Amino acid sequence: MVDQFNWILTIAIFFPIIGGISLLLIPQKEYIKIFAILFGTIEFILCSYIFLFQFTNGIGGPVLVDLNSTWFPTNIFNVQYYLGVDGISAPFVLLTGLLGLISIFASWNLSNDHRIREHFMWLLILQGAVVGVFTSLDFFMFFIFWELELIPMYFLISIWGSGRKHYSAMKFVIFTILGSAFMLVGVLGIYFSTDSFNMIELPEKLATAKLIIPASVLFLLTIIGFAVKLPVFPLHTWLPDAHTDAPTAASVMLAGVLLKMGGYGMLRVSASMFPNELHQFAWILALLGTINIIYGAVITIRQTDLKRLIAYSSVSHMGFVLLGLSAASGAGVSIGITGASMQMFTHGTITGLLFLSIGFIYDRTHTRYIPDLSGLAQNTPFLATGLIIAGLASLGLPATSGFIAEITIFLGAFQTWPIFTTISAFGVVLTAGYVLWMIQRSLFQHKLEKFNTLTDASIGEMFPIIVLVISIIGIGIFPSIISDMFSLGLQPIISNLQAIN
Amino acid sequence: MITEQLIWMIFILPLISFLICSLIIRQLFNNRSIFAGYVAILLIGLSFLISVLAFYEVIINHKQITTAPIEWLTIGQFTLSIGLLLDPLTIVMLTVVTGVSLMVQVYSLGYMKSSGQDSNNSEDPVELGQPVLARYFSYMSLFTASMLGLILASNIIQLFIFWELVGLCSYLLIGFWFHKPSAANAAKKAFLVTRLGDFGFLLGIMYLFSHQHLFPSDSNPLDIITINTYVPLLVNTGLISLTAITLISLGIFFGAMGKSGQFPLHTWLPDAMEGPTPVSALIHAATMVAAGVFLVARFFPIFEISEFTMTTVSLIGAITAIFAATMGLVSNDIKRVLAYSTVSQLGYMMLALGSGAYGAAIFHLFTHAFFKALLFLGSGSVNHSTGTFDMRFMGGLRKVMPITYVTFLIGGLSLAGIPPFSGFWSKDEILLNVFNHSANLNSDGQIWLSLISSITFALALVAVFMTAFYMFRALFMTFEGKFNGGSDQDPNAHAHGPVHLAESPKVMTIPMIILASVSILIGFFINPPFKIFGIDKHWLVETLQHGIVSLHTDFNITLAVISSIIAISGIALAALMYLKIPLINTQTTLISPNFVSKIFKPINTLFSRKYYFDELYEDLIVSSIFYKKIAKFLSWFDQNVVDFLINSIGWSTRNIGAPIKQMHNGQIQMYATITSLGILVITFFIVFGT
Repeated sequence: MVDQFNWILTIAIFFPIIGGISLLLIPQKEYIKIFAILFGTIEFILCSYIFLFQFTNGIGGPVLVDLNSTWFPTNIFNVQYYLGVDGISAPFVLLTGLLGLISIFASWNLSNDHRIREHFMWLLILQGAVVGVFTSLDFFMFFIFWELELIPMYFLISIWGSGRKHYSAMKFVIFTILGSAFMLVGVLGIYFSTDSFNMIELPEKLATAKLIIPASVLFLLTIIGFAVKLPVFPLHTWLPDAHTDAPTAASVMLAGVLLKMGGYGMLRVSASMFPNELHQFAWILALLGTINIIYGAVITIRQTDLKRLIAYSSVSHMGFVLLGLSAASGAGVSIGITGASMQMFTHGTITGLLFLSIGFIYDRTHTRYIPDLSGLAQNTPFLATGLIIAGLASLGLPATSGFIAEITIFLGAFQTWPIFTTISAFGVVLTAGYVLWMIQRSLFQHKLEKFNTLTDASIGEMFPIIVLVISIIGIGIFPSIISDMFSLGLQPIISNLQAIN
Repeated sequence: MITEQLIWMIFILPLISFLICSLIIRQLFNNRSIFAGYVAILLIGLSFLISVLAFYEVIINHKQITTAPIEWLTIGQFTLSIGLLLDPLTIVMLTVVTGVSLMVQVYSLGYMKSSGQDSNNSEDPVELGQPVLARYFSYMSLFTASMLGLILASNIIQLFIFWELVGLCSYLLIGFWFHKPSAANAAKKAFLVTRLGDFGFLLGIMYLFSHQHLFPSDSNPLDIITINTYVPLLVNTGLISLTAITLISLGIFFGAMGKSGQFPLHTWLPDAMEGPTPVSALIHAATMVAAGVFLVARFFPIFEISEFTMTTVSLIGAITAIFAATMGLVSNDIKRVLAYSTVSQLGYMMLALGSGAYGAAIFHLFTHAFFKALLFLGSGSVNHSTGTFDMRFMGGLRKVMPITYVTFLIGGLSLAGIPPFSGFWSKDEILLNVFNHSANLNSDGQIWLSLISSITFALALVAVFMTAFYMFRALFMTFEGKFNGGSDQDPNAHAHGPVHLAESPKVMTIPMIILASVSILIGFFINPPFKIFGIDKHWLVETLQHGIVSLHTDFNITLAVISSIIAISGIALAALMYLKIPLINTQTTLISPNFVSKIFKPINTLFSRKYYFDELYEDLIVSSIFYKKIAKFLSWFDQNVVDFLINSIGWSTRNIGAPIKQMHNGQIQMYATITSLGILVITFFIVFGT
C-alpha cells in the first residue's frame, strides 16, 4: 500500500475536537452557542462531503484514504495512521455529522450559566472521537477512538444529566470498559497472530495465519466489546440508566450514534474477519436478537418515564440488528446483513428524533412521567407531530425508513431461522402497542390546565426536527440512497459468507 | 387513449392533494382551510374520471395496457419493484374507491364545516369550524391515495406498504377528535388489532419468500402475478408442500381478517365509529375494510390450492356474518348498527370467497360499497339535525328530512336484499354459490366438507333475516313515530351538536341522492340474470372471474324467492315491534320491544355486551395477563435479577478490595512487617525449597 494523505478524514476527526477546545477561549458566553452551531455545521458539511464522495466515487475498497505507515517511530509495533471510508462506514460518518449538529440544537434551551462552554466542548470532542471510530482502518487507532469516546460522554451525563446521573455515568463507563477489556485481548491476539493492525488486510491474513488463540475465542472476545455497546441481553442494563439520566443532547448521541459503534464493530470485525465463526455462532445471534426484540419490547410497555421508554425500545430495536446478522448462515445473507446495517442507520435518525422531541417537551413540562402528561398535541402541536412521526417510524410504518430495514431483516432471517424470526416478528405488534399507548397518554386525550401556558417549538427547535423528519421519510421513500452504498461496502463480507454456505 | 402514466395519475392525484392540503394549506392558509376541501374534491374527481375511463377502455373495450415495474430497492440478487397490476379486479375496485371517495368528500364539505359536529370541544375554538378542514382533507386524500396504491400494487411488498398506510390513515381519522379519550382509545385499538392481523400477513409473506429459489431465475418471486402463476405449478410438482401453502394462505388470511374485522378480530370496527361519520362511510364501510376481501381475491389462486384454507375462510365468513348481525339486533347507536352490519356483510364476502365464488364476492363488495356508504352518510345527516347518534332519542324524522329518509330507505332495502335493489342481486349470487358449492362437494363424496358448507349456507340465510330486521328496526326508530328530543334528551349527547331539526344542506343531500340512484339499479344492470340491452348475462361476475375461476351459476328463481321472503319477514317483524301501524293501533306497537328483551334477557345482555369480547381481550388478556403479569414480571426480572447480578459483580469487586485496602494504611511499620514477612518466605523457599 502506498502512503497517501487526502486530509479530509483527518480534518473531520480533529476539527471538532480542536473546535470544541477553542470554545473555552471565547470570553462571551452569548457567542458559545453560535460558535458551536458553526462548528457543528462545518463538521456536518465535511461528513456530507465524505458521504457524497463515497456515494459518487464508491469502489469496493476504502476511499479518501489517509495513510502514514511509518507513523509509529519503531518497527516493534506495526501501527499505522490509517483512515478511510468505504460503503459500510460512510453512512455512519454522515449519521454522526447529522446527529452531532442535531445534538447541538438539542441543547438550544441550555442556560448560559450552566457550564455552557464545557457542554459544547464535550459534545464536539465526542463527535470527533466517533468519526474516528468509523473511519479508522487500523485496529489500534480504532481501539483508541473507541475508548476516547467514553470521556466526553462520562462528563456529559454526570454534569448535565438528571436523576441518578453519577451512578448512570459510572455504570456506562464501567460496562464499556469491561467490554473493551475483552476486546483488547482479542485485538492483541489478532495482532500477535498476524503482525498486523490493518483492518482491510486482516480478513485475508487471518484466513491463512497460524493463530495463537483459536479463532472462535478471538471472535467471542472481540464481539463481547461490541455486544455491550449495541447492547445485547444480558449486557444491556447500563442503557436505560444512561439514556434516561443523560441530557437530551447526550441521549441523542448515545442512542443515535454510540450504539451503532457496536453494530459497526460487528460488521467490520466479527463478520469481516471471522466469517466462519459468525456462521458457526449465527444461532446465538438469532437467539439473542429474538430475546432483545421481545424482552426489550415487553419491558418497554411497562415504562412510565418517556425517556426510559425510548431507551428500552432501543434495546428492542437493536435486536433487529442481531437478527439481520444471524442471516449470515443462510440463503438470505445479503438481504439480512444489509437490512441490519440499514436498521442501524435508520434507528439513529428515528431515536434521535424521539429523544429530541421528548427533550423539548420536557424543557416545557419539566416532567417526563407519562401519567402526569395529557393532551399535549393541543398545546404543542409541532412537537407532538415530531414525536408522532418518530413513533410511527419506530413501529416500522411504511414510507418511513424504519419499515424498509425491518422488512429486509425479516425476509433475510426467515430463510435461515424461521422460528426465531416468527417470534421476533411479533415484536411489530408489541412495538405498535407501546408507541401508540405512549402517544395516546401523553399527546392525546384531554388537555391539562397546567399546560395552558406552554408554547410550541421555536425556530431553533423546529429546524432539527424538520431535518430528521426529512431524513426519515426521505430514506423511507428512496431507500436506495443508503442501501446501495451498504450493499457495495458489504459485498466482500457477503461473498465470503456465501462461499461458506 | 389510456396509458400507464394515466393510470399512475389515479394514484398520484390524491397524493398531490394530500401534499397541498398538509404542507401548504394547513401550514400557511389554515384560516381558509375550506380550500383544502376544494383541492381534494377537484383532484379526486379527476382521479375518478380517469378510473371511469380505465373501466371503459380495459373492461369494456378489452384494451391491454403494458406496464413495466420500476426497481425501487436492489440488494444483491434481491429486487423490490413497484408496478401496476391491471386486471378487472383492480379496475372495478378503482371505480368503487374513487367514486365513493368523491361522494364522501363532497358530503364532508357540508358535514365537517358545520362547527365541529361530533366534537365536544366547545372550549377550544381552534378545533371548531374551518381550521380542522385542512387536517381532515389531507388525511382523507392520503387515505384515498393509499387505498388506490393498495389496489394497483403489482408486488406483494408494495401491497403490504399501502396496506399499512391505509391502516395509518384509519388510525389518524378514527382519532380525528383526539382530545376525546374514547376516540384516542378507539384509534389505538383499531391500529393494534389490525396490526395483529398484519403480523400474520407478514409471516405469510416471509414464508412465501423463503421459497424464492424455486421460482424461475428471471422472475421476481415477490411479483403478485408470478406468485399466482407459479405457486400452483410448484405445488403440483411437489416442490412446495401443501402444508406450506396452507400456512402461507392462512397467514395472508389472518391479515385480511384484521382489516375486514372478521371474527375474532372484529372488536375494533364498532369502536372505529368514534371517527367523523364521513370517515366511517368511506373507510369503515366502503373501502378499507373491504381490503381484506380484496386481499383474499388477489391471492385467490393460492387460496384455492388448500382445501383447509378455503374451508376456514368460508367458516370464519359465515360465523362473522351471523355473529355481527346478532350484535346489530340490540344496538341503539345508529352508527354501531351500521358498523355491525358492515362486519356481517364482509363475512358474506369471505363466505363467498371460501366457497369459490370469487366473482360473487367482489360483486357484493361493489354493491355494498355504495349502499353502505349511503347509509352512513344518512346517519350523519340525521346526526346533523338531531345532534345524537342514539336512536332512542330520534324518531319522526321522516317528515322533517324527506330526502334523507328516502335515500336511507333505498339503502336499507338494498342491504336487506329486497329486489330489485342492488344488494339483492349480489347477496343472491353469494347464497346461490354457497348452496351449489355444498351440493357439488356432496356429489364429490366429500361429506364432511359438504356438511360444513351446508351449515354456512344455513347461517347465511339466518343472517339475511337478522339483517333485514336490524336495518328496519333502525329505520323505524329513526324516522317513524314521534321525535324523542335528540341531543337535548340524550344524557350522553353532550359530545354532539345541538338540535336543529331540518333537512341537511344540498352539499350533503346530493351525494346521498347520487349514491341512492346507484344503489337502486346498478346491481341488476351490471350483472343481469339474462342478457338485456346488450349487457351479457352475469356480465360483471364473468368478467371478474375470467381466467381465474371457471364457475358458472345461473339465476335460481326458487332461492331468490326464498331469500326475499326471509328478508321481508325480517322487515315485518321489525314493523311489528317498532312501527305504530295507524289503522290497527296508534298508541303502542303490536309487540313490545321491552317485552321481547325481557323474555330473552340473558341473550339480550350477551348481544349488547358484545359477547364480552372487549372484556376478554382488553381486561383479561392484555391488562390482567399480559400487562400485570408477564410484563410486570419481566420488568422486575430486568431490574432485580439481570441488573442485580451485573451490579453485584461490581459490588463484589469493591468488597474484595476493602480488606486489601486496610493494609495500605500508610504506616511504615506495617509495610516493613509485610516486607520482612516476604523476605522470610522467600528465604525459606531458597533454603528448603530444593
